[in-house]
Formats: sequence, structure tokens, C-alpha cells
Amino acid sequence: MKVGLFIPCLVEQLYPQVGMATLRLLERYGVRVEYPEAQTCCGQPMTNSGCSADARPLARKLLKLFGGYDYVVAPSGSCVSMVRNHFDELLGGEPGLDHLRRSTLELCEFLVDVLKVPTPSGRFPHRVGLHESCHGLRELRLGSGSERRVVAFNKVRSLLAGLEGIDLVAPARDECCGFGGTFAVNEEAVSCMMGKDRIADHERAGAEIITGADVSCLMHLEGLIRRARRPLRVMHVAEILVEAS
Amino acid sequence: MAARENILEALRRAARAVALPDLPKGGARFADRRRQLGEALASVGGTCVPVADRAAADRALATLAIYREAKKIVSLVPGVGASSLEIGAVSDPHELEGLDVAVLPGTLAVAENGAVWIDGSVLPHRALFVIPEHLVLVVDAAAIVDDMHEAYARLAELPVGYGVFISGPSKTADIEQALVIGAQGARSCTLLLVGPMGERPAI
Amino acid sequence: MSGHPEAAARFVADDAKAHWHDQSLWWVRKKRDAAAATVPDWEALRSAAARIKEHTLGRLADYLEEFEKNAVRSGAKVWFASDAAEHNAIVHRILAERGITRLVKSKSMLTEECHLNPYLEARGITVTDTDLGERIVQLRHEPPSHIVLPAIHLKKEEIGELFHGELGTDKGASDPKYLTEAARQHLRRRFLEAGAGLTGVNFAVAATGGIVVCTNEGNADMGTALPPVHIACMGVEKLVPRLEELAVFVRLLARSATGQPVTTYTTHFHGPRPDGELHIVVVDNGRSAQLANDTFRRSLSCIRCGACMNTCPVFRRSGGYSYGFVVPGPIGSVLAPGRDVGAHRTLPFASSLCGSCSDVCPVRIDLHHEILAWRQEIVRRKLVPVWKRAAMRLLAFILRFAFLYRLGAWLVRRMTPILPRAIVYSRWNVWGRQRELPPMPRRSFRALYRSRHGRA
Repeated sequence: MKVGLFIPCLVEQLYPQVGMATLRLLERYGVRVEYPEAQTCCGQPMTNSGCSADARPLARKLLKLFGGYDYVVAPSGSCVSMVRNHFDELLGGEPGLDHLRRSTLELCEFLVDVLKVPTPSGRFPHRVGLHESCHGLRELRLGSGSERRVVAFNKVRSLLAGLEGIDLVAPARDECCGFGGTFAVNEEAVSCMMGKDRIADHERAGAEIITGADVSCLMHLEGLIRRARRPLRVMHVAEILVEAS
Repeated sequence: MAARENILEALRRAARAVALPDLPKGGARFADRRRQLGEALASVGGTCVPVADRAAADRALATLAIYREAKKIVSLVPGVGASSLEIGAVSDPHELEGLDVAVLPGTLAVAENGAVWIDGSVLPHRALFVIPEHLVLVVDAAAIVDDMHEAYARLAELPVGYGVFISGPSKTADIEQALVIGAQGARSCTLLLVGPMGERPAI
Repeated sequence: MSGHPEAAARFVADDAKAHWHDQSLWWVRKKRDAAAATVPDWEALRSAAARIKEHTLGRLADYLEEFEKNAVRSGAKVWFASDAAEHNAIVHRILAERGITRLVKSKSMLTEECHLNPYLEARGITVTDTDLGERIVQLRHEPPSHIVLPAIHLKKEEIGELFHGELGTDKGASDPKYLTEAARQHLRRRFLEAGAGLTGVNFAVAATGGIVVCTNEGNADMGTALPPVHIACMGVEKLVPRLEELAVFVRLLARSATGQPVTTYTTHFHGPRPDGELHIVVVDNGRSAQLANDTFRRSLSCIRCGACMNTCPVFRRSGGYSYGFVVPGPIGSVLAPGRDVGAHRTLPFASSLCGSCSDVCPVRIDLHHEILAWRQEIVRRKLVPVWKRAAMRLLAFILRFAFLYRLGAWLVRRMTPILPRAIVYSRWNVWGRQRELPPMPRRSFRALYRSRHGRA
């Protein structure tokens, strides 16, 4: 199995340690990982702003770079959702697109559904609040969510739950953090109120660390936390799993 | 009418064939329909009183404070309560203002939501279910269905006409989401459930 | 031009009230969750509802004709209105022909959409909205801020003050029971004096020609049981084929809207009272155009439950008025641009695309995807400021070329930490108003990867 490592632009430039943790995790499970260096961006910021046409060349580039892998894995629910749910509108019918859409997975779902890893072991004696990013939750169904009446499951949580000493606290809501791409700037007031409410929810639940599978959410929450000087840390799930081992 | 033709034409242009899905038929959902009905009705602010027969229903009615204190009463259920006025002589529903209690017959009751179907053909005036201060509904326990699928399946067999599902007393939560019973219509809704439950009603 | 962002910012600025509004509506959302949990086949029911609507909308002309035939056979009069103006004229004519000057109304978003009240009042008709929440906002000369909970933005003290002035309740009294009782007495007089009652239509059943009206208060029933003339206004999309399909929607509506198993009253009208009249006004007002649009056709399935508003983290924190449209929230953000894309161009951007709305919609409208589709449409029509378009174009260009992208990003990572804070966090930095920028790492992932794999 040959896996192409898809590193979202936010991770590439601002949170490279998340990319490193992702790589180390995959290698730990014996995956042969390649990182195509020419990758840049999935085009989500363009589509998000209504400029889908501008995203097309980026989608094409991604298809070209990653089309040859058995799986494409990214530490990002929103980028994976872009490929699986929106590349069709941009590149409908292009050869290789079907395969790319079927084989592009977010890190946690890859570990759980494809590699079927046993519950990760390791030590992480901290109180951790899991933030369920919206794309991961409602586009990729990484978890069942509170809206739907389906059998409860949570792929991200299942990777953390087995860590020794971890206390996965339960925030009251599984609500959006307020990042939303350009929303974070277009609707700054609501975006920040949403983020602060998320943080307060996690604090009330007793979290020392907020984690999640999307760096965009974490970047927004961390920005608010640091400005308000709240005593919370923010870590990507991959970073927790690597640190725990 | 030009509007009619234009609208129909525009809708026809956008036509598309999509098959109707298979629908739930309703049926055996609750092990104890009577209990579920009672719980559902209580959750919406109503009360369910099981009684053995019409005579027992009449006796139960007489014990209710809302009935004992009532001055103006209409009962459309023979043997249960007594009208204080001749409803046949009322020609204008406005005259019913000030009605304290109305005792009305229900065709069936729905366990999943506490609703009772009142067939409009029994009502000399529609106002009879909404203008009184208190409502008493009388339904045979054998006529409890599980859910709305069953309920509508039964109604589909009856002649088409005016009717209403009533689930509990009138209510509102429009002021700060605080539930207030007795908004515009009945301030209380008591269901007298008559007789044994018997077999499941055939659909 | 001001739009949702400015209105939302004002709403958010009153932090206590914004949080109170948010909590109130979240509580309603939780009630929906609890109600849905009591229905074992909830998700299957949603799927069935979605398919029934698609089927019905796909044959809408046929169902409308069948409905009309059966409604007329039962003694109702059926009128057709292409748009709001025709609708208002028809309603007015029915009243004027009969010399009726006092009308009581139960909730109808359609009549809000058509601005019926001011039209009638300008022609000498006194209109009393009888839903308690609607009466409250009517007395305040405000529109409803939520399609199901019209006064959700008001505190009981504000309502108490309003009633003190308008209904003579005690000064300072704010107990909801006391205020509701006062409204009951006040509205009872209006019902008794009215010459006609106007209702909306929750569902219109083609096979029977009947219309279904759902209320908790009984105001639609009071308003049609007393005055002999009943005017029922419906959008063409309200049709369902038979009672069998109606059951699906009656099971979904109240649970989705308020968390109740069913509304207190679910009234089925078939023709007029023996001593009265029933007029059904069927309205298009842009619905057939929406039906013809493949991208936004599905949102015509909306049954106006309001669940999307209750679950929307943005709606809860910005309030119905910030949307500037009769129907706010996620469904409003899809319907409004269809009416006037210029006036409502900020609405599809007033969303973080979290998708919660789509997961609570009882008819499975893909709301967040339709919202995203509107963004593309708005850009295509050049309604986004030129500089924003240009910035995206530039960014997309840079991202096409790995070298340019790396260079640009490297510059940002290098420059930001050395620039004075006052420059970095100047007023141009909207992100930086309440958030720190992320710490700028010295090395990108690619650089880390290369050094790990022995490449410089």
C-alpha cells in the first residue's frame, strides 16, 4: 500500500509539527508514505469564497500529484471533504477523479477504517476536550453527532479513549467553533463569540487541552485562547497520539 | 383566470418524475398503548382517566372540580355529563362565549402523542372545542392507535370532512419560552378513556 | 452597504443578550433532540419526507389541479395569485366585497412575505395577529424575528412593559402566566368582534381537497369558528398527495419545531362551515421560478419548522433581524437571494457552513450546500467587492505554483515576527481584533521533511 501524504497549506506553513506527527503516526503503523513536494492547496479557500472557478486549476494539480496512490491521507477534515464532495463539480468526469475521491481520507478515518488499528496505547495523563470539527463530523461522518438519531460512534474519540491516564471531558455542545474559512473575517464578531463560547464550554468541562482533527479550528481557538491568556493548550489529535507513545 | 394558467404552466415546465417512497404503515410500536397514551397526554399538560364504562365516565366527570364548578356546560356524549343549555337552539357560535365545559366524543386516540380525533360532523358548532374554558373528551379505549400512520389510515376510511386532532390543553411558550397552559383555548383537557383496551384495532 | 455582518456585530455587542438569545434557542434545539429520540424511525421518516416532497414538487401542477377540484367540490373557493400584489388584492377584495373591516389572523409566513398587514390596514381593515408572539411584535410594530417563535428576541420584562402600555396590565409585571392571561382576554374580544379569520396552511392534501392548520394556542380555530368567513393563504409548495403522506409530516413538524410530539390542534378543513365561506388563496410569488432552478429546487420542500434556525450557531448569536428577510436563518439565507440577490448578498456568507442545519432539517434539504452554491452565484454576478475577488484570484494564482507559494509563505513567516506589533495588529488585521495570529514557525513542513530525510 502506497500512501500519498497530503499536507494542508495551513499545516504546511503554520503547523508543520502536525504534519510531522501525522507522518510519524503513519510510519509507526508500517505505512509506506510519500510526500509529493509540489503540492500546495486543495482550493477550499476559493470555493468557500464563491470563486470555485479559481479552485479548478488547484484541484487539477492535486489530482495530478496524488492520482497514483492507493490512498491519500491528510490531517484535515475540511480538505478531505473538499476533495470528496466538491472536486466533482470542478473536475467532473476527469480520469482518475473517481479513484482520488474514493481514496482520499482524513487521518483518523484512515487509521480506524482502513488500517483498522487497535486502540492506540500510550500515556497521556491530561484532561482533554475533543472539539469535533464540522467538516469531519457532518461531511465525513467521523462521528454520529448530536443532531442525528443513529447508533452513536466517534472515530476520533476512539483513537484517544484508550490512552492511559487520559480524561476525555465532555463539553455541553458539539457546536461549530466559528472559524468557517473566510467567515472568520467576514463575520468576525459572530466568529469570535462562537469561538469564545467553545472555549468556555471546554473550560467548564475541565479541559486542560483542546484537541481536534482540523488545524483550522484549532488555529482559531488558539488565537482566542492566547489573546485572552486562558490557561489552555491546543493540540492536534496526531500530536497527542505521538506524544503519548 | 390568467394567474391560474400561468402558475400551472410554470409548474408543469419544471416537472420531474420521482417515485413516492414506501411509507411506514404504523402498527405494533408500543407494548402498552394505554400507558403510552397516558404518558404522552400528561407530557402535553392533559390528563387521562381510564373508566370502565359510560356510567363510570359520568361519575368520574362529576368528581372533577372544573365540572362541579361549571355553570355553562355542553355535553355531546349521551350519558356523560349534562348540558346546561340546549345546543340545538344555539344558532350563533358567539353565544357560546363563556362556556365553562364541553364534553365531546372522540373517534380515536393516538398513543404516540396524546392526540384525540374529533370528527367535525358531531359538532353543531366548531367553536365547541376551542371556546370553552375546559375540555373533556370521551374515547373508547379500544380505539387507541399507536401512531399517526395508523390514525390517518383509519381516517382515510371515513367520509372526508372537517375534523381536528386535539392533544392536551391550549398552550404557548411565546414569552421567554415559559410554558403557559390555557393560551387561547381550553385551560385543561381531560380524556375519559372508556372500557377495556381489547384487541389491536384492525387497520 | 450594510448587511448581515454589521447587524450581527451590533447584536453580539450586547454580550449578555446575545448569550441569552443563544441559550434560549439552544434549549429549543435540545427539546427537538429529545423528541426525535422518542421516534425509533426518525431518520427513515426524514428520508421519507424528503422523497415525498421531491415526488410532489415533481408533479406539482397535477397535484394542484387535483387539490383544486376536490376543494371546490367540498364548497371552498380557490383563488390563484401569481405574486404578492395579486395575493393582497384578492384577500382585500374578499373582505371589501363583504364589508368586513375587522380581520383576525393566525400565523402565516406567506402573508408576512406578501406584506399583507400594511396593505390591508392602508385600506381601512383592522388586522389582529392572534398568535401570542405575533401579537406581541405587532403591538411593537416589529416583524417576527423567528418563523415559529416570533418574540424569541424579547425578554418578559419588555413584553410586560409593552402590555402595560397597550393592554393595561400592571406596571412592572412580567410573569408569563399573567401576561398570557391578559392577552387571552384581549384577543378573545378581537375574535368575537371579527368579521373574518385568515389562516396560513401547513399542508394541503390533494386527494381530499383539505387544508391542515397546526397551532398550539388554538387561535386558528378560534378565528375560523367564530367569524363565518375563512381565508386560507398557501404557497403552491404546501401540497402533499394523500393523508398517508400527511402522517409523515405531522409526525415531523412539531417535534422539529419545538420538541412537542404534535401541536395541540391539528385542524383539517374541508370546505366551509355550513353557515360560512372558505376561500383558499394559492400563491406562486417566485416559487415556480425556484422550482425550475435545479440548484435551489430542494429548498422548496421546506415545511417552515424553524429547526434550522434553532440549531444555527450564527442565527442564535445574531438574531432574526440581522437577516433582513421575512424568513431568517439558514433557510432564509437560501430563499432570500432567490427573491433579490443584490439586497441579500451577504446572507450566504453569514454561515460557517457547519452543516448542522442540514442534519436537523426534517425534509433533508442540503441547506449548507445550497448556501455554498449561492456564494458561487453571487461571485458570478459580480456582487462581491472587486478587491475581494482580486485577492482570491491572486491567492489562487500563487497557489498554482509551488515555488511562488513557498516564497510567499516564507516571507509571511519571516516578516510577521519581526514587525512591530502595532503594525501587525493594525486595524486592517480583522483576524487580529480578538485573536492572536498563529505563531510563525521558522521552518515549513517541507523543510522539516527534507532535513529528516537527509535533504537540505
